[in-house]
Amino acid sequence: MRKKQLMTSSTSSVITLKINGEKHTLPVDHRTTLLDALRERLDLTGTKKGCDQGQCGACTVLLDGRRAVACLQLAVAAENREITTIEGVADGDRLHPVQQAFLDLDGFQCGYCTPGQICSAIGVIEEHAAGWPSAATSDVRPEAGPPPLSAEEIRERMSGNLCRCGAYVSIVEAVARAAGVQADERRGEDVPAGKGAAA
Amino acid sequence: MREFDYQRASDVAGAVALLGADPDTRFLGGGTNLVDLMKSGVERPARLVDIRELPLDEIEPTPDGGLRIGATVTNGDLAAHPEIRRRYPALAQAVLAGASGQLRNMATVGGNLLQRTRCGYFTDVTKPCNKRVPGSGCPAIEGEHHNHAILGASGHCVAVHPSDMAVALAAFDAVVHFHAADGPGQSPLADFYLPVGDTPHRETALPPGALITHVTLPPAPVAARSRYRKVRERASYAFAIGSLAAALDVRDGVVQDARLAFGAVASRPWRAGAAERVLIGAPADAGTYAAAADAELAAARPLPHNGYKVELIRNLVVAVLSELAEEAAR
Ligand SMILES: Cc1cc2nc3c(=O)[nH]c(=O)nc-3n(C[C@H](O)[C@H](O)[C@H](O)COP(=O)(O)OP(=O)(O)OC[C@H]3O[C@@H](n4cnc5c(N)ncnc54)[C@H](O)[C@@H]3O)c2cc1C
Ligand code: SF4
Ligand code: FES
Ligand code: FES
Repeated sequence: MRKKQLMTSSTSSVITLKINGEKHTLPVDHRTTLLDALRERLDLTGTKKGCDQGQCGACTVLLDGRRAVACLQLAVAAENREITTIEGVADGDRLHPVQQAFLDLDGFQCGYCTPGQICSAIGVIEEHAAGWPSAATSDVRPEAGPPPLSAEEIRERMSGNLCRCGAYVSIVEAVARAAGVQADERRGEDVPAGKGAAA
Repeated sequence: MREFDYQRASDVAGAVALLGADPDTRFLGGGTNLVDLMKSGVERPARLVDIRELPLDEIEPTPDGGLRIGATVTNGDLAAHPEIRRRYPALAQAVLAGASGQLRNMATVGGNLLQRTRCGYFTDVTKPCNKRVPGSGCPAIEGEHHNHAILGASGHCVAVHPSDMAVALAAFDAVVHFHAADGPGQSPLADFYLPVGDTPHRETALPPGALITHVTLPPAPVAARSRYRKVRERASYAFAIGSLAAALDVRDGVVQDARLAFGAVASRPWRAGAAERVLIGAPADAGTYAAAADAELAAARPLPHNGYKVELIRNLVVAVLSELAEEAAR
């Protein structure tokens, strides 16, 4: 067994989380999710709580560079992982390209789902660059090569992020822009109407 | 949620020893099902043994030419693996059809096999449910059951197993390997999920306290031409209301080999042996495919609100086998 692991029979532990490159040590009741630790304990409120059941994607963060939902991740089990939240994706004052694309293309209305959308999109672009297929990929065999990141691929890969404002059309455009992909598949799709006061 | 102790295991024997015979302890994989059920009060463990750091996260070739998939391999890594995509494409497709990208990055192979049903009475602790509280009754039979079982159910429970991955594994004769207190053991996936009978709370052949260590896939050349198709109530990110994993080998217009398994129709992934027997040696045409589906679905006992599944599965069989045969002819 891991030596320094807490072999007590208690229901809480002092844990160290590595978030956006910084270490935070805090006592947690084991029932605390990573989402609640971020928001309620560490004042990192950029990560949002929607459903708290893994169904909406509002709480998406990156764990060891891969997107995950923080509401089903126990904080105590996130020790030893590199956690990146929306607060940590920019490079100083320079926005992450996904953030910039969401701003430029109005990839949001109320903004509540947006941190999760952005973290998810960062993961999507990484997964795609690594050659991962999706359920929208017609031929998953490696010989077929990676699928182009079409609008259909983006919609499928981003389907774990719900947006109650229905900003999907611009979200897809923003992800495509950020991925440096010509979203030439958007023909035939409705022109985004009334994007509210987002911009 | 009940308070619980948390421990992290770093080797298999240690994990099994930590769990011991304690019925109040659970292994924690990705937590995507367990933590959800703890929040709703369906699961109330007093202790969790975290297995995510166990060295069980590799996909490796086996001496017989098959593959060995570690129990903590994430669903995301499984679907991305080149050998899975090349040799068992329906398995990659099945995994990709499940949940979301975020959840697949967390979910593990072992946890996926052991995830619990999505029956709404099971997940609502204010309702009776034989699976959750043995003997309390099954309100689904008279109530909401549009996504419940048409095959293999009993008067005690009509729930379906929700996994997509397990359907493809069933089609390809996967074997579940585990480590129990008295050492290692294994069970073909076909026997892993127990018949419902009057014990719907007993779901698998996994001995109490045992850890799933890996799943093996025997070599299956037929699997190279295979497909998973899932029908659901929205285009993505929803559980199946019916699904099919199929593989087909056709030569000179005759079916040489075939594998079929249905999802979201029973308490386990439903390997369609009767259908396969009709297919093998028969002409590869739509008439054969329909006859094969009918042979399997003759045992279907739909409820008032899920009869649509019979036709849905029949249509899936005909459509997917036709596509696979057409590709073989190209
Ligand atoms: C919103 C949502 C949508 C989903 N949609 C789909 C879908 O469309 N299709 C689909 O197939 N699935 C779907 N899922 C379910 C998801 O696939 C499962 O939750 C996941 O696969 C479980 O894996 P895990 O590692 O997170 O398991 P955990 O939650 O960690 O564990 C589940 C159970 O297995 C036990 N366990 C875990 N690993 C082992 C092991 N190695 N040995 C012994 N016991 C073990 C645990 O003790 C627990 O009882 C969805 C889930 C959510 C939340
Ligand atoms: S179908 Fe099974 S899980 Fe659902 S209420 Fe009946 S006994 Fe419970
Ligand atoms: S809050 Fe985590 S998925 Fe909805
Ligand atoms: S922008 Fe309002 S929920 Fe997505």
